[in-house]
Amino acid sequence: MDHPWWGLAELAWPVLLKGTGYTLAFAVVSMVLGLALGFVVALLRVAKVPVLAQIAALYVSLIRGTPLLVQIFVIYYGLPSVGIEFSPVSAGVLSLTLNVAAYLSESMRGAIAGVHKGQWDAGLSLGFTWWQTMRFVVAPQALRLAVPSLSNSLISLIKDTSLVSVITVTELMLGTKELIAQTFQPLPLYLAAALVYWVLSASFERLQKRVELRLERAHQR
Amino acid sequence: MIRLEQLTKRFAQKHGQSVTVVDSVDLQVARGEICVLLGASGCGKTTTLKMINRLITPSEGRVLIDGADTRDIDTVTLRRRIGYVIQQIGLFPNMTIEDNITVVPRLLGLDKAAYRNRARELMALVQMDPAHFLKRYPKELSGGQQQRIGVIRALAADPPVLLMDEPFGAVDPINRESIQAEFFALQRELNTTVLMVSHDIDEAIKLGDKVAVFRQGRIVQCASPDTVLAEPADDFVASFVGHDRILKRLLLVQAGSLAEQGGEPVLSEAASEAEQRAALGERRHRALPVIDAAGRAQGYVATGRAGLQPFRAIARADEDLRVVLARLYEHRLDWLPVLDADQRYLGRVSQRQIADYLGAPV
Ligand SMILES: Nc1ncnc2c1ncn2[C@@H]1O[C@H](COP(=O)(O)OP(=O)(O)OP(=O)(O)O)[C@@H](O)[C@H]1O
Ligand SMILES: [Mg+2]
Repeated sequence: MDHPWWGLAELAWPVLLKGTGYTLAFAVVSMVLGLALGFVVALLRVAKVPVLAQIAALYVSLIRGTPLLVQIFVIYYGLPSVGIEFSPVSAGVLSLTLNVAAYLSESMRGAIAGVHKGQWDAGLSLGFTWWQTMRFVVAPQALRLAVPSLSNSLISLIKDTSLVSVITVTELMLGTKELIAQTFQPLPLYLAAALVYWVLSASFERLQKRVELRLERAHQR
Repeated sequence: MIRLEQLTKRFAQKHGQSVTVVDSVDLQVARGEICVLLGASGCGKTTTLKMINRLITPSEGRVLIDGADTRDIDTVTLRRRIGYVIQQIGLFPNMTIEDNITVVPRLLGLDKAAYRNRARELMALVQMDPAHFLKRYPKELSGGQQQRIGVIRALAADPPVLLMDEPFGAVDPINRESIQAEFFALQRELNTTVLMVSHDIDEAIKLGDKVAVFRQGRIVQCASPDTVLAEPADDFVASFVGHDRILKRLLLVQAGSLAEQGGEPVLSEAASEAEQRAALGERRHRALPVIDAAGRAQGYVATGRAGLQPFRAIARADEDLRVVLARLYEHRLDWLPVLDADQRYLGRVSQRQIADYLGAPV
């Protein structure tokens, strides 16, 4: 009972819990916003909306071609020099959202393109508009195709939240670092943080399985 | 009703050139007619159909429906009036059969009940049990069954115009015959104008009021099936419809219509044998059918054979001449009596009559 790690655990758990809360909040908010933005970006590109589609393509290319860390720095440290300032939390959410949306939009675009072209012909020939065909016919089928790769991006997102620690947001990673600075116990604390990330990702994977099953069932019983 | 004028489609290719896939097609289909588009794979049939409901925008030329240029009609309105059965079935895999058929009223908040009843009626028409199939998903149906549902979905709104791209291609021959017959009856009843792509010459002959033979984006011949078979415009059409094309003309005539042209005498059952023999002797015919008071055929009497002979085979009025000829050969007969659904005698069809029909100009 008097193992030194017990005292450490007592000291650490409120900090880790709070950090986990932040991490989860970052992940969920960026996920929701990222899915919405990603869908819009994918639609612009699939519908080949002039100008906007090109802008969307450039955005995706820029995000995918630069490290997330650099994106975070540009938004938090770079933009203030042109008068755009963010709090650490909003800068974190913004950069994570912009980042994940680019990847999600690519998955969605691929899935939409993967739906058989005959489905468009069938929808349009029944007198549905482009949007109705997308909404009722193509998107539901694309979703099913997209779930695995969407999940990949979302799991990466959970782990990528650790990067916002560099802009002073005390999420799980920074919380752990601060604890280590007090206790000089890097191994158990980093392992504890790793465990939390793993539990979060694994829970998400289980959620993904359930969603996949439901979609599959709706699709072919 | 539908009129294609100089309809042309060019697709741009990678290296900047363009290919002409449909080339100045002129075609007119009157209301209530079925026009069958025939042609080798890749000759532009599907492209032509898709230009009619504007899934593909024509490069040149125009499409008129009831005299109105389709460019001036809003595409949604246009497509609601044109049923389209696409080549690769095109059912929505994420919806049940019922949802597939009623998708338009369901998603647009129209009168669903009317559609649902229509869906049930039409299901029965294509020999599918609604109770069994409506709640299933397309994947749980065979290709042929899915095709039939595709046809039903296009018909559910009773559109005045129907475009069909190989609608019965995946249906087995037995079901296909009856579905074709049911479809034909329905089409005649609703007076729907149909443009249909087919690879099945027999289908084209049986269903088409008009056949348009395509070759590399152009129509090489557009005429009645009988004309195309009897007088193909060129060697291409001739080989396309098959070297047995003359025999295929047999599909166009039903036994009943040939029987009625005969006008040979019949003998009454009430007459005595002597009277019957006397009638035989006066005529050159070697055999004459005997009918009862209700007009039903009882058999025949023949010179050189005593008593009433039973018929070894008969032809039904609605059977086509190909079937009749096959039966004549099968039983080595010169003629068959043609009977209607109530077994009444309508006349006879002989090998000689069939040969005369095939030899006669259209
Ligand atoms: N979007 C397109 N871009 C370029 N070429 C096309 C396009 N769509 C069709 N084609 C070409 O046009 C030609 C005619 O195609 P279409 O689908 O009309 O043929 P089809 O007569 O329906 O053939 P099938 O009997 O095999 O269905 C083909 O050579 C095809 O490759
Ligand atoms: Mg085709």
